[in-house]
Formats: sequence, C-alpha cells, structure tokens
Amino acid sequence: MLDVAVAFSRYRFLGPEFLTWLWYAIETAPDAIKAAALGRGILTVGDRIVLESSADQPVERVTITGENADLGEGMLALRKGALVAELRLHYTAGDQEWRFSVKGDTLALMGLKTPPSAPVETRDEVEGAVVEKVGLCEEVVRLLDSLFLRFIKLRVSERWREKTIPGMKTWVKAARL
Amino acid sequence: MGLLSSSLPLARYRVEGKLEEPVLETVADSLQRHVIGDIDGNAVEKAVGWTSFETPYRPDFAGSCLVIGAYFVFALRIDKKTIPRGVIRKYCAAEEARELARTGARYLGREGKRRIRAQVEEGLLLTIPATPNIFDVIWHYEAGELWLCSTLKEANEALETLFYRTFHLSLIRLFPFTLAELSAKLSAAEHDRLLALSPTSLKG
Repeated sequence: MLDVAVAFSRYRFLGPEFLTWLWYAIETAPDAIKAAALGRGILTVGDRIVLESSADQPVERVTITGENADLGEGMLALRKGALVAELRLHYTAGDQEWRFSVKGDTLALMGLKTPPSAPVETRDEVEGAVVEKVGLCEEVVRLLDSLFLRFIKLRVSERWREKTIPGMKTWVKAARL
Repeated sequence: MGLLSSSLPLARYRVEGKLEEPVLETVADSLQRHVIGDIDGNAVEKAVGWTSFETPYRPDFAGSCLVIGAYFVFALRIDKKTIPRGVIRKYCAAEEARELARTGARYLGREGKRRIRAQVEEGLLLTIPATPNIFDVIWHYEAGELWLCSTLKEANEALETLFYRTFHLSLIRLFPFTLAELSAKLSAAEHDRLLALSPTSLKG
C-alpha cells in the first residue's frame, strides 16, 4: 500500500466526489440508495451542504444551511467545478432516525445523533448503554461503507465516464437556479 | 468527546496485527503502562495518556470495565495547561521592571527578556491546573477496527502515536483511499485503475 500521508493527499478528491455522487444518487436514484441501506431505511440530504472548489487558490467555499435552503447556489457551484466537501444526512429506518455530517476528505462523521436510548442512571446501566450506542453508530458506519464501496466500484469502472458523469452533468444543468 | 453524548464525532481506523495472548491482560497492562500522568504542580505544559472510560479522572484499568460487549472501551486523555498571553505579558512586565530596578540598567536585552519569559512561564505552569480533554476509544479487536470519538487533528495524531507506542500495532486511518484499498475487495485491474484515478469535473 502507498504511504498513508501520500495517499491521503494524492487521492483527496475521492471523498468530495463520493459525497457529490451521493447527493446526485439520493436525488435521482433513491431506490439504489435504499438497496445499499439493505432495504432498511431511507437516506435524505439534511440541512447543510458545504461545497469547495479545490482548483481555485484560495479555495472557494459555499455553505448552504437551513431546512428549506435554496440549493440553487450549490448547483451553481457544481457547474463552476466545485464538489461537496461536507454533507449533512438524515437516515430513517422505521421510527428511528439518525442525523450526521460526513466530511469528504476523511469520511469522518461529525455531529452524529443516533436514535434516543434509555438514560444511564446507575453504573450497572453503563455497559448496556455502550453496547446499544455502539450498535446504533454501527448502523451509520455500515451504511456509509456500503455506499462508499458501491461508489468506488463504479468510480474505477468504465460506467463512471460513460454514464455517471454525463448523468451528473445533466442533473446539474437541469437544476433550477 | 464521549460515546454516550447526544452528538458525537467519529474517526475510524483499521488496526494492523494482533496482540500477545492473553489479549485482555496484554491490553490492560499496556494501557496501565501508558496511563495519563498528573502534571498539576509540575512545570509541564501537556500530558497525553490513556484513561478508563468510566472513571476518566481516576484512571484505573484494574477496577474498570475495559471490556464491554465485543469491544475494548477506554479513553485517550490530553491534559493541557493554557496560559493566556495577556497573563504572561503582565507577569513578564512586572519581572522586567524588577530586574531593571535590581541591576540599575536602562534596558533589557533580548536574551534577558527571553530568560524572564521562560521563568515566568515555568512559574505559571507550576501553579495553574491542567485542563483534561477526554476522547473515548472503542476497539473491536476481532474485527481489527477502532473508533475515536474525535475528529480533532491533535487528538487523532496523539492517538496514532500513543497507540503504536502502547501496543506496537499500526493504526491506519480510514479515509476514502484506505477504505477503497482495505475494504472494497477490488480486483487487480480495478486496483490498477484506482491508482491511476484523477479528479472528475462537472464543469461545462
């Protein structure tokens, strides 16, 4: 394997490409996303998207926030060559809901809110609470892994150049600004 | 940041290698050898070490439940003393005035000022308490996966260094490229294409 620091820098673009593809896939192919979630839940874009144009020096950054935010500015940034640097997502499965942000360059999770679990009132309850919380976090981790592995298989295939990029360009162009 | 917080950050790692049997004793002994030290009352600015999940201010792996379910659960603790610049300036000014009065000199040279600043900082470090920062660690030993409840660069770098020093096992941060390499089960041809990838643009 390549040196980790070199690989991080050399292939940094993969994370923003993944998040941009994920936004596109959620909007245009929700069934495929549901399949990646093993049919368990529904993934939607949350109330915050950060886009960055890494080709620009200094980096141009557009942040869209708010439940009913106008995504036009984000689409405009995509047209100018920016990619999604950070994406807030909501995942619902049955009556449970997770909210979290994914950072493109590291795929780290931020602000991960899992479905509520019983409050810990005594020391004896800590163990159960930890097991439950780890299990709830794992739902999101496995979902992201499944989506990322689907993306990377696509990214190294010919379909990426032949179908996905034209599809994404059409999606961006068709968006109302 | 705590695992049981209502909102948490999560950075993921792959752990390369296995520990000496019996694993539980090896983990407990190794953590104890690199437990966080108390720097209050010492002229030390920062300490990094392990602590226990349940009693992070009284690190004790012997009495703590290190194993929860299938995981080793403990915490990284970074204790830091931060002296506000204004406080350093105030004490330096007073010390410099005392020095000038003592020597009868009109000015203090650069070296004199540096010496006074070092003395002031050391004195302040002796008196102020360290602020502890605790980041929970969840290690799924069998799966070779570890989570750190922090995305702060300082905490992640401290974890990587301390983990290697403690267990002599490498941690590989899971970011897009390493996740692709380690988890995607790419064929040789796909792997070659991965290495040759260049950025995509949606421009135009």
